[in-house]
Amino acid sequence: MSNVDYKVLVGLEIHVQLYTRTKMFCGCELAFGAEPNSRVCPVCLGMPGSLPVMNKQAVEFSMLAGLALNCQIAGFTKWDRKSYYYPDLPKNYQISQYDLPLALNGYIEIPLKDGSFKKIRIIRAHLEEDAGKNLHTAGNFSQVDLNRAGTPLLEIVTEPDMNSAAEVRTLAEELQRIVRYLGVSEADMQKGHMRFEPNVNLIINRAGQQFKTPIVEVKNLNSFRALENSIEYEIGRQLDRFLETGETMEMGNKSTRGWDDAKEVTVLQREKEEAHDYRYFPDPDLVPVRVNEQWLNEIKSRLCELPSKKRLRYVKDYGLSDYDAGVLTNDRLVADFFEDAVKAGGEPKRVCNLLTQVGLKRANERGCAITELGPKAADFAQTANMLQMGEISATAATSIISIMFTSTEQNPELIAREHNLLQQSDAGKLETIVNEVLKSNQQAVADVKEGGKKSGKARGFLLGQVMQKTKGTANPKIAGEILDKKLSQ
Amino acid sequence: MNQLSAKQLRDKIAARQTSSVEATKAVFARIAKIEPIVGAYISTFEEQAIARAAEIDKRIAGGEKLGQLAGVPVAVKDNMCTTFGTTTCASKILANFHTPYNATVVEKLLEADAVIIGKTNLDEFAMGSSTENSGLKQTVNPWDTKRVPGGSSGGSTAAVAAGLCYAALGSDTGGSIRQPASLCGVVGLKPTYGRVSRYGLVAYGSSLDQIGPITQTVEDCALMLNVIAGHDTADSTSVDEKIAPVVDYLAKLDEPVKGLKIGIASSFNAGADEQVRKAIDEAIKIYRNLGATIVEIDMPHLDYAIAAYYMVATAEASSNLARYDGVHYGHRTREPNDYIEVYTKSRAEGFGKEVKRRIMLGTYALSSGYYDAYYLKALKVRNLIRGDFVRAFEKCDCIMMPVAPTTAFKIGEKVDDPLKMYLSDIYTIAANLAGIPGISIPCGFDNKQLPIGLQILSPAFSEEKLLRIAQMYEKQTDWHKKRPLI
Repeated sequence: MSNVDYKVLVGLEIHVQLYTRTKMFCGCELAFGAEPNSRVCPVCLGMPGSLPVMNKQAVEFSMLAGLALNCQIAGFTKWDRKSYYYPDLPKNYQISQYDLPLALNGYIEIPLKDGSFKKIRIIRAHLEEDAGKNLHTAGNFSQVDLNRAGTPLLEIVTEPDMNSAAEVRTLAEELQRIVRYLGVSEADMQKGHMRFEPNVNLIINRAGQQFKTPIVEVKNLNSFRALENSIEYEIGRQLDRFLETGETMEMGNKSTRGWDDAKEVTVLQREKEEAHDYRYFPDPDLVPVRVNEQWLNEIKSRLCELPSKKRLRYVKDYGLSDYDAGVLTNDRLVADFFEDAVKAGGEPKRVCNLLTQVGLKRANERGCAITELGPKAADFAQTANMLQMGEISATAATSIISIMFTSTEQNPELIAREHNLLQQSDAGKLETIVNEVLKSNQQAVADVKEGGKKSGKARGFLLGQVMQKTKGTANPKIAGEILDKKLSQ
Repeated sequence: MNQLSAKQLRDKIAARQTSSVEATKAVFARIAKIEPIVGAYISTFEEQAIARAAEIDKRIAGGEKLGQLAGVPVAVKDNMCTTFGTTTCASKILANFHTPYNATVVEKLLEADAVIIGKTNLDEFAMGSSTENSGLKQTVNPWDTKRVPGGSSGGSTAAVAAGLCYAALGSDTGGSIRQPASLCGVVGLKPTYGRVSRYGLVAYGSSLDQIGPITQTVEDCALMLNVIAGHDTADSTSVDEKIAPVVDYLAKLDEPVKGLKIGIASSFNAGADEQVRKAIDEAIKIYRNLGATIVEIDMPHLDYAIAAYYMVATAEASSNLARYDGVHYGHRTREPNDYIEVYTKSRAEGFGKEVKRRIMLGTYALSSGYYDAYYLKALKVRNLIRGDFVRAFEKCDCIMMPVAPTTAFKIGEKVDDPLKMYLSDIYTIAANLAGIPGISIPCGFDNKQLPIGLQILSPAFSEEKLLRIAQMYEKQTDWHKKRPLI
């Protein structure tokens, strides 16, 4: 198979659940895991006579996401009804946007392994209401839970610009970071806040001819891992199938396959794409949305620096490693915390180390946010600077931060003093101690002066004695310098 | 037989010359006697209404200042949601349907301290011009019980005409307030689209539907509009009052419009029956005597109004009625084999013939490949008709024409010929397409003693002026005082 020359094409249809207070067209609160049919009202139940009223926050969240995805925001957009019958759809039409989406013609840049970026084009992003859920747990009957019905969804459609499963995963993760940064979605895949439906096929070059395999839409993907693995699986499956049957893409042979997470395979769900006629038409119950410059500018002002740009800046401006920059920028709260610490005068690299190695570690253990640990950004900054100035050792810095996790005392300097963590940097005092050590360890002094094999070990022993006499508080750098000066006399 | 108008009754109750209980009981006594013949109501709430009337009387006795309709027994068309009783839309599919909320207009009636005594019959889902399409019962015309009351608000107009309530609400999608008002000899107003909230009005054609009053007099009509008009945050298509303020429609009602210019489209009116035309001409003569001038107007696209209307209304209806599927509420078929059968059989059993016809028409009009030729073209015609009115109103204050081409026709006369039935709406449909207000006021009788209505149309949100124009005529005539001898 390795001799087959092929190219993978993946486009994505992504549904992002917006983190608005209320539903898209009514005042019901959004709720995950609430008692079935407890977050419903006449509007989201589609009761006769009820009318939808647009949720402005959902529109603004979508504008914000659209802008972050480099889309044009339409000056005029409207609502359309998409008709189909399904028990989880109370009105038997979904309010969506058909020919005039809120955002269009954008792109998202994803980082590649070689450090470069790749643009994935976005065709459109439009707002719509989610359906409810059919439950099949009551024997012969199916039940419908409409808590989710009417939840605002942003549907994002990309061009088939991704050429590997890894690229798809990178885009998905980048998108998750972006919408979380913007605060427009919780973007938890397990909870269905972000649903990816990849369209996968291959272009195969054989004997100077190009063949396209039939497009497969993959559903039921509840994690990034599932997303990546399902595409890997599809690539192999489509290649095998092509080599076996020679089947190529035709009108109407697009199929839908569901990912089986346990067996790690895709399973055929729908053979042929049904010729759906959704009978779209403008919803007469809603008025079109006009976005003027003032409104657009107001939304633009809410944009923040996006994670990929931030990551680059951290490497460039603060000299952090790409890995560290990635860790810090993964979560906007962490990045903001880091930047607050830097603004408070903290040396970036030291702050980064304390934050990633001590702060984030503890936050993960506790399952809390970095801001909920106790020490503030300024405390991290001060501790980092004490370390930088040689007032404390790296171990002491870790101790100080750790003490702050549980103590009510939040002043790094006081903690250092109280716990005897300050380093002895007073050259005069250290010289006295060095002299004492030299006097009582003549053999080691002789070994150093003799040079050769024993020299280094002997010096280490002498410095160790100095540290012991100071109970570990001697600044090793300064103590070492004094020791070397004395030994060379 | 009620002699008082709604406003007169309200004033008498307020002055404690009579009581709401007395008036309500009298209405129910009349209902007991006449309703078996007329069939105006789908449901009545005698006990509840009398209790409420008693409460209102008590509050009046306590010196409380009450709402504009305090103690007045009114009826509501049964396509408006009420938490009490059922909301059936005269359809088998909703025959036992209870809704958890009140329509905004119902809330407003209650806030105005009206006594809602019952819910009136209609053509199923307001689709029809004779109330014969009701899936639940037949309403007859109180002037001739062998004839239709018109439709679709035939229950409300028959109830007002027969003295089975003091005033009522109807809904008008293509003439459903004005045409039955004309056929029953009462006043019916379709306000401007967006003047009255549609929240809780079970939708038929959402871009055309509008709730309005059906009353004995123009003054009552203004009173009812005072109560129901206004912006509603629950209805995005209701108009911002900063753009179109709601005024007190009673305040200047008696001020005649000076220098009134009336637009007439002679050729268009020529299609009406001779007796109808004569009555309209006579009415216009009265206005002329009052100093009005007549302007001939050109409405070139009006001939296409019916075609455009039946595309737009049915397209919207096909979508609006998709929710009646037996899954969430309403009629569900017994023992379906699968969920598809829940849909197909529940709908087949629940909907009547005309509703099915319109759903089919609308579904077809919206289908891919036909959308441009039908729905989109209809929208273009709609815009042209709007333009016709805009141009016409540059030359005149209002347009006068018949409401319906004929007086009340016989029950069963047109049921087998839907096209003929659709043509009953020829004069009323354009106002819905253009979104402008229109009123029907009694202007005479034909030789069978059947009432004839004069239709007056005016620019969007000019209800105040429209009512004043109607009032000028009513003050000169006694047609509105005539009541059927039922």
